[in-house]
Amino acid sequence: MARTNAVLHYAALVALSALCLAPVVILVMTSVRTETQIFDPRWSWLFVPTLANYESVIRDGHIGRYLGNSVAISLASTVLTLALGTMCAYALARFRFLGRSPLSYGTLVLRTVPPAVLAVPVFVIWSAWGIVDSRSGVVLVYTALNLPFTIWLMYGFIEQVPEELEEAAAIDGCGPFEVFWRIILPLVKPGLAAAAIFTFRLAWNEFILSFILTNRYTRTLPASISNYITDTGVEWGKIMAAGVLIALPPLVFTFVAAKQIITGLTAGAVKG
Amino acid sequence: MSGAARLARFVPYAYIAPAVAVMIAGLAYPIVEAFHLSLYDWGMGTPWATARWAGLDAFREMLAQPQVWTSVGVTLAFVVIAVTVEMVLGIALALLLEKPVRGMRAFRTVFVLPMMIAPICVGLIWRYLFDASFGPINHLLRWLGLAPQAWLAEPGLAFLAIVVTDVWQWTPFVFIMALAALQGMDASLVEAAKIDGASWRQTTFLVKLPLIKPILLVTLLMRMIDAFRGLEVIYVMTFGGPGQATELFSLHIYKAAFVSQKLGYASALSVLLLALVTVLSLCVLTVANPLKRRDEG
Repeated sequence: MARTNAVLHYAALVALSALCLAPVVILVMTSVRTETQIFDPRWSWLFVPTLANYESVIRDGHIGRYLGNSVAISLASTVLTLALGTMCAYALARFRFLGRSPLSYGTLVLRTVPPAVLAVPVFVIWSAWGIVDSRSGVVLVYTALNLPFTIWLMYGFIEQVPEELEEAAAIDGCGPFEVFWRIILPLVKPGLAAAAIFTFRLAWNEFILSFILTNRYTRTLPASISNYITDTGVEWGKIMAAGVLIALPPLVFTFVAAKQIITGLTAGAVKG
Repeated sequence: MSGAARLARFVPYAYIAPAVAVMIAGLAYPIVEAFHLSLYDWGMGTPWATARWAGLDAFREMLAQPQVWTSVGVTLAFVVIAVTVEMVLGIALALLLEKPVRGMRAFRTVFVLPMMIAPICVGLIWRYLFDASFGPINHLLRWLGLAPQAWLAEPGLAFLAIVVTDVWQWTPFVFIMALAALQGMDASLVEAAKIDGASWRQTTFLVKLPLIKPILLVTLLMRMIDAFRGLEVIYVMTFGGPGQATELFSLHIYKAAFVSQKLGYASALSVLLLALVTVLSLCVLTVANPLKRRDEG
């Protein structure tokens, strides 16, 4: 009885995993098919894989440039968000100061601002400031979008550090900034890892703001996808190859750091 | 000493200043600007000097436009249907599979995948899967001897397609949250109920679910907020079509601003969406405020 239950349990888990994976597998499979094979009305699992789609997006699609922009923008906004967010979370967790309460509520409300709401005003403001079409403009808006969640997440981790450690360090002559740098930061590394993944994911995956705020020189990978959707249809082979390149880093993160991802996902609720 | 004490009072402000400056520049100021722009009649690409003060005209126009209400209706239907399916499926699966088994970590890793992939890729994948002439879903239907469908060309089916896509991407999230809640709850209460002779159904509905209710509530609200924010998947999959069958409100704003090029009007729409989402996120805060100090209760 217990044996059959276990078998059923695993069978269910395997079936669910297959459902999660199948669309991703099909993405990769389609990216190594020729257009003729893709448009063939008969489905076949057997075919000779080709890298022609990848060659063509790399050669004619300026994909190298978009890839470089994506990497630069994602890394810059991740580093900035982590630095600013952790500092702010530390102040919220450890100091009582005038404005603490409005700041914490404001942060929580801002966490849910839809990117579509920001699209028009940010485009207008960035144009006025002369940072539209620049990489730094995109980094700024991604950092702003990611900060509330990062503050929220890091607050939880910093709160769990025993305050006695900081007091002891202060008695030993550490200034307030040294305490933060040498005591707090090393102890909240797991939180930083989770925050880094989520920040990087947003910056790497985001489409609409990048599409509006960049030109063909500063465009990121997701925004370049629209190049392959034309009036005459979709260039399926190429778009799937570009799609695989976009999906790759998050896939790698998932397999390397699933634990941190789950920490980040559940952080908002399980504490409540 | 008093000099040092005075300095110490500025320490928290030194820590928050950079983050606050970025959030003001990138979030708060743009929101204020959205309110400001919504009062003007301004076309994209024309100088600001040509913008005409319009007062609340844009809001009046918005409320009178049937397209706006259609999009609001589509969005509400999408949020209610997709999120309900995700919650029911995710919680049911978590209850069925809550017992810790060997290898669960590997399975959980796989379940995280759909929500890590770029929404733009998700839209791409499912547009291909649902394609009428060469999509794998129609291949499967033909193989089963069923009639293939023009999924993304027919309003009802296209709406179903975007719901299926969202359910694929986000049910694992509900599952993982519910699983974390079930495995984190006080097991002795369930044991006690079982010793008292409670049936499976009684333990589930009278003990387990009420215990994890707060977490489920936050999960529900988080899913609803995200569903309201959604834009990228449908941008690639259907671009809101056919007609307005899948035009979620975020996409409606995008089209008003960057297709119709009416910036003032699009800002008024943004204000409406912001109001909707803010109400939902205030609900989250009353359920669970993660920045509340423990000692404040």
